[in-house]
Amino acid sequence: MADPMRIRAQAAGDKTTVRVLMSHEMETGQRKDSAGKVIPAWFIQEVTATHNGKTVLTADWGPSISKNPFLQFVVKGAKAGDKIAITWVDNKGDKRTDEATVS
Amino acid sequence: MKTRTLIGVAALALCAGAQAQKSTADGIAEYRKMLEDGNPAELFEAKGEALWSQKRGPKNASLERCDLGLGPGVVKGAFVTLPRWFADTQKVQDLESRLVSCMATLQGFDAAEIVKTPFGRGEMANVTALATWIAAESRGMRFNLPQSHAQERITYEVGKRAFFYRGGTHDFSCASCHGDEGKRIRLQELPNLTRNPGDGIGFAAWPAYRVSNGQMWSMQLRLNDCFRQQRFPYPGFGSEVTIALATYMGVNAKGAESIAPAIKR
Repeated sequence: MADPMRIRAQAAGDKTTVRVLMSHEMETGQRKDSAGKVIPAWFIQEVTATHNGKTVLTADWGPSISKNPFLQFVVKGAKAGDKIAITWVDNKGDKRTDEATVS
Repeated sequence: MKTRTLIGVAALALCAGAQAQKSTADGIAEYRKMLEDGNPAELFEAKGEALWSQKRGPKNASLERCDLGLGPGVVKGAFVTLPRWFADTQKVQDLESRLVSCMATLQGFDAAEIVKTPFGRGEMANVTALATWIAAESRGMRFNLPQSHAQERITYEVGKRAFFYRGGTHDFSCASCHGDEGKRIRLQELPNLTRNPGDGIGFAAWPAYRVSNGQMWSMQLRLNDCFRQQRFPYPGFGSEVTIALATYMGVNAKGAESIAPAIKR
């Protein structure tokens, strides 16, 4: 089970800045362990953001994204009290969804 | 005339060098500022916070009765008073060695087994996460280590000697790099740890998340790597010398504001 994300969503005017910190190893599949064996690739492939259940962002990610990735984006029209949910799916099929309230 | 011109050129080159250096340091400061917003140390903080109250170990107990120096269960403000003397263990302990003691007495973990575990693995990773959260609970507070117990004063003196002790293949001491103002290793500026280096610098900046390797570094790991860089043998986890050095740095940093967990390049 993956560790939780940290999501902050701050409204300013009609724009809400969402900042997300995800906990993930993001192995590229290029590295080798101490025994010389390739460490299998393991990374987030799909990221989806929803605003009150409506999808506002989808992203396809690859192995070039850093470990413990940070994502920031702006949602137009989100108000304080709205729900922002983020979902990621990795290449092993593991997934995680976390939700935050716009403040 | 010719010599004069050469000196002139040399002086110009020096000026240019100093300017380039300044902008590099500024660049790093700017980079840190940008990263601060999404410091992945927060992930470790969250993990540590959950671990503190979770019932674990052979005794299936939480750490909520753990005494970090301010009384059982008191977390806020504890970090800026460590290392300090603990009567129950009859030792001066830093945050991490104290956590291991609590995990052994309250939760029934094997302390010797945890101490042997490499950084970032198994229970050692949990100790680091706990230390990150406990440090974060004292963010913005100022270091004020107690020096009232005789053992605390002795530990400080031992730390001072260890700090200035020269040895190894490179005839290095901690003071070789951290005993003066304005030194750096590659592009990293090195704080002078023989006095208070300022808010959020040196002892007041760890634990920290290192972006370059994606690892959370505690003070024990920071010291461990300092020993490696000096080509010294690795110190044992929570060993007397690491706690003495931490006490020396911590007492010197009196009044410095803790920004831990920080973010490092």
